[in-house]
Amino acid sequence: MKKIKLLLGFGYLGFVILSFIVGFEPGQKIAGNFISFSIQMLKILPCAFILIGLFEVWVKKETVEKHLGAESGIRGYIWSILLAGTTVGGLYVAFPVAYSLFRKGAQLGVIFAYISASAICRIPMTIFEASFLGLKFSIIRLLVSLPLIIVGSMLLGNHLERKRYQISEGAG
Amino acid sequence: MIYLYIATAAAVLVSFLVSREKTLKALRIAYKRFVKILPAFLTMLVLVSIVLFLVPEELISTYLGSNNRYVGVLIGALLGSITLMPGFIAYPLCGILLKKGVAYMVLSAFSTTLMMVGVLTYPVEKAYLGAKVTLIRNLISFLIALVVALATGLFFGEVFL
Repeated sequence: MKKIKLLLGFGYLGFVILSFIVGFEPGQKIAGNFISFSIQMLKILPCAFILIGLFEVWVKKETVEKHLGAESGIRGYIWSILLAGTTVGGLYVAFPVAYSLFRKGAQLGVIFAYISASAICRIPMTIFEASFLGLKFSIIRLLVSLPLIIVGSMLLGNHLERKRYQISEGAG
Repeated sequence: MIYLYIATAAAVLVSFLVSREKTLKALRIAYKRFVKILPAFLTMLVLVSIVLFLVPEELISTYLGSNNRYVGVLIGALLGSITLMPGFIAYPLCGILLKKGVAYMVLSAFSTTLMMVGVLTYPVEKAYLGAKVTLIRNLISFLIALVVALATGLFFGEVFL
């Protein structure tokens, strides 16, 4: 599997380089997409991982367990949604954060709520959305999606908690 | 974006002043975690670059603008699921489509799945959550997006019961 992936990677690279040599426009566009998305992510990811590192060394396990753990109840969900509101980037930043929360003893339901909420309840993003689609649109979206996110995450989290499911370290 | 840099720099500085040792440990953790997930991110970037070429913005505009609303919601949800766009591109696009007369519920289905359902982020998500849970999470998110779209249609008077 790893070999196939490596081969595909080299194939991709070769295709892109060749596209520039012979002037194949689709290949050049694909390379452009790759670069512009890489830049966008590189603007965010280093900061995100540094903050994750600081979180790992400074925040005590007991603190996370108390506020986001099994005993936290609905408060845990509220905290996780507020935390998600301040997340930058979107889903791909939420996953490494989710792993850190898991290691520190947050319960799975709260973690899934965090992941979903960081996708659609980020505060700066919501303000931006409202400026293009109207406040009513954003409020409907928040009010309808949040309860569903909480219920969905609770069900999924509780189910997986019984199966002793683990979030892994991110080895692809 | 600049706030992110300021906040990160401030956090590192304060942490460094309190404990040099812990801060270095934090940076080591950051580096190790980042390197570990990097292959998955690269896979994702390759997928993104190809899919965005095959499904460009113009195509999305055309598909969302046509057909009836209910078909539009489904198409919007599918397009939102398989593509990936940062908010600063997606919402202006939605704004333009809205002015062109595309229904709110269609834009809701598109923008919500765009943010919540990640076919292209699958390599990264799978690395953390595993394949099975990744599929379940995305499926739940897709259903939530559909409910949100219908509710949006209801409140904007686009759905007639």
